[in-house]
Amino acid sequence: MSLINRMSTIISAKMSKLIGAMEDPRETLDLSYEKQLELLQNIKRGVAEVTTSKKRLELQRAKLVQSSDKLEGQARDAIAANREDLARMALERKSAITSQIESLDQEIATLQGEQEKLIEAEKRLSTKVEVFRTRKETIKAQYSAAEAQVKISESVSGISEEMADIGLSIERAEGKTEEMKARSLALDELIDTGVIEDFTSHGDDIDRALAQVSAKGKIDTELERLKSEVGK
Amino acid sequence: MIIRIMGTGQFEVKSSLFDELNTIDNMIVDCVQKGDAAGYQKKFSELIGLVLREGKKLPDDQIVESSVIIPPADMTITEARQIFTGEGIFKG
Repeated sequence: MSLINRMSTIISAKMSKLIGAMEDPRETLDLSYEKQLELLQNIKRGVAEVTTSKKRLELQRAKLVQSSDKLEGQARDAIAANREDLARMALERKSAITSQIESLDQEIATLQGEQEKLIEAEKRLSTKVEVFRTRKETIKAQYSAAEAQVKISESVSGISEEMADIGLSIERAEGKTEEMKARSLALDELIDTGVIEDFTSHGDDIDRALAQVSAKGKIDTELERLKSEVGK
Repeated sequence: MIIRIMGTGQFEVKSSLFDELNTIDNMIVDCVQKGDAAGYQKKFSELIGLVLREGKKLPDDQIVESSVIIPPADMTITEARQIFTGEGIFKG
């Protein structure tokens, strides 16, 4: 079965869960409207959650930048004091922190993307909910139960599809937020205990070896730069 | 014909586009089955790009059902596989 067909089947299944068929079709309208309002609340909660996670990462980033500046200062002092070994140690720690900052930047960008998508979805849904509300009142006032049936199924199916779509967007955003929450807690612990350089321990041995080679090159360059700045 | 790209919105496209979409769709299925992540990425972006380029976005105040539903533009090959096996977040 094709991807598109499969996706449509999945959405139809979600939609039929959303469309609660009532004995009087006009009650179906009220029920659907209630669910729409609930979903709007859920999106708002989703946006708030993503925003909070993003803020947490931004705070961590600021802390890391601070440590990185501090280490740079220490390295400079060490060179001035003719202690290249200490300067090297400080720059090694700084290099580990820099890679943390880079990965945080990526995570912040991902959450930013999720936040924008949910805000867009909220805007789309709230416009549709308003249109639905007006249409619902018109249908209830002007049509008998039998006549209303057709009009109702058109509106209810259309908006249920939107709701199924948004429900899934919220689930995905929550999934990503959860993943980052766990990593961010681990990072907090490392910042607190001051063992941030151990953070490079994920990835395989080759990755680590390559990272070390490239880190060494970078550190050598930085050492030269600092030496020339300090005039040694 | 109305197409929904999940997470993005609905687009009105000419019905003649259907065959082209179908062809790309089949190639995507092939890539997912072979586990060809790069091919999947390329074909899936092609599918999304085609709808965005040829389609006219429906205004927010229209409430209509779509005839074609395309998964979210940032869907990974792992998620695509889950769609076929009915696991994970795409479970109906």
